[in-house]
Amino acid sequence: MSQLVFAYFAGMIIAASVLVVALKNPVYSALSLLVMFFHVAGLFVTLHAEFLAAVQIIVYAGAILVLYLFVVMILNVKQDDRYHNQWRIAGFVCIPLMMEAMVLLSGGAETRTAGSQAVLGPSAQAIAPDNTFAIGQTLFSTYLFPFEVASLVLLVAMIGAIVLAKREIGEQDDPSPMVQTKAVE
Amino acid sequence: MVTEFGLRLAISLTQIGAVMCIVVITVLILTLAERKVLGWMQDRMGPMEVGPYGILQPFADAIKLFFKEDIVPAGANKFIFTMAPILCLIPTFIGFAVIPWGPNWTFEINGIVVKPFVISDINIGILYILAFASLAAYGIILGGWASNSKYSLLGGLRSAAQVISYELNVGLSIVGVLILAGSLSLVKITDAQTGWFWNWHIFALPAPQIFAFVVYVISVVAETNRVPFDLPEAESELVAGFFTEYSGLRFAFFFLAEYANMVLVSCVASALFLGGWNAPYPGTLMELVGLSSWSWIESTMWFAIKTYSLLFLFFWLRATLPRLRYDQLMRFGWKVLLPIALANIVVTAIAVFIYQRI
Repeated sequence: MSQLVFAYFAGMIIAASVLVVALKNPVYSALSLLVMFFHVAGLFVTLHAEFLAAVQIIVYAGAILVLYLFVVMILNVKQDDRYHNQWRIAGFVCIPLMMEAMVLLSGGAETRTAGSQAVLGPSAQAIAPDNTFAIGQTLFSTYLFPFEVASLVLLVAMIGAIVLAKREIGEQDDPSPMVQTKAVE
Repeated sequence: MVTEFGLRLAISLTQIGAVMCIVVITVLILTLAERKVLGWMQDRMGPMEVGPYGILQPFADAIKLFFKEDIVPAGANKFIFTMAPILCLIPTFIGFAVIPWGPNWTFEINGIVVKPFVISDINIGILYILAFASLAAYGIILGGWASNSKYSLLGGLRSAAQVISYELNVGLSIVGVLILAGSLSLVKITDAQTGWFWNWHIFALPAPQIFAFVVYVISVVAETNRVPFDLPEAESELVAGFFTEYSGLRFAFFFLAEYANMVLVSCVASALFLGGWNAPYPGTLMELVGLSSWSWIESTMWFAIKTYSLLFLFFWLRATLPRLRYDQLMRFGWKVLLPIALANIVVTAIAVFIYQRI
């Protein structure tokens, strides 16, 4: 049963991702990206990571993708064939990547899973029914330093975005809401 | 195995059906109540023609919308134009699945534990609602885009900016309550507020969430696109905003979604801040007179009273305040509400930390 559910979510994620790049109408692409985010969230739910599932939808589907749609609509991008004539370059990049993935999945599978178990450490085993609590505990004890570094990077990005957007001070009284929203993400 | 699954499914479907009925009936009442309340506030009678005192007006409206011609404008994107109202409606109705309507009782049928007053008590309850509430913006923005009309597109874009800005404040204003209750489940949050009314999170020590409540209420008014934040459908500038081109049943879907969304956010506000189904006094009066098995009626009535009071607030605001200008709206959201919400989180966290130490 769980295999079947996983197969459904994985299949839908792959299909939706292919559609994101294959569809010619940018709004349809954004919609299939939405479908993909939902199925990734579903995958998190099957792994009993409900918190991650909810955050996945709130952040990606609820905020970031809306901004994508926003930009697509403001620029009024019509069906554009420019980006659909690059399959040769895409092939050159994709075939080596695909081969690499195959090699990693077939040959190095055992060693990698053993290694990733060690990385998660004992706190990962302690993940009880309350997944939110466990994530908070791990994030603010074991991974406090990476967490703070990530926050600092985001803060720098936020200030950078505001500086870039507000270049002409005095001319624009009202700061663009879009840039602000993006910065907060 | 199969019968157990079937029984579980049957119970869930019954609960879903009951909740859907309650929500739709509430929306019907709201459409009439809004016009009546607005009428009284402006010294008018409100609708009086259909039925005694106009109480059959919602049914007349529904029939009218049902039989209206369904027009798809030329040049519209038919697929998205059809999908947008549904995309607006479904997330709102899904959110009701985690609302606790009454006491946290359980009973067993053939070994299956059933909670009669909540469809599903999941441990991320409130995040689940926020996640689906954030999807309602898609219905609006896609509906505006697919109509192939300037006014619709502008309405949709405005709405996207507004909903994203104010969603953030909704999320942040809730955090204080989550710190106090120590859980994301709406059932547990409501259970943490039993006893006298000063145990409700809006008044609860060590950190009363009164500011968070105000920020929450203002933000949800903006998120549901109600006056004074109804810029996406500003009549004087945008005809009717994102649903300019919609008619008939599709328009009815947008309408239903807006009102159901109002009901949802009022339910969440009363569950988070106003004690949910808890009465303002400990226990219930039914228990005192020895009818403890009927006390659920009193509890659900308290929940209904709180929710309807908040809905009345929506009408009251509509009758009182003029619409904000777009830049005022953005400045208010980012420069006033956001700092208050953030300060509330800091103060609550420090207060709870000190409270646990002493």
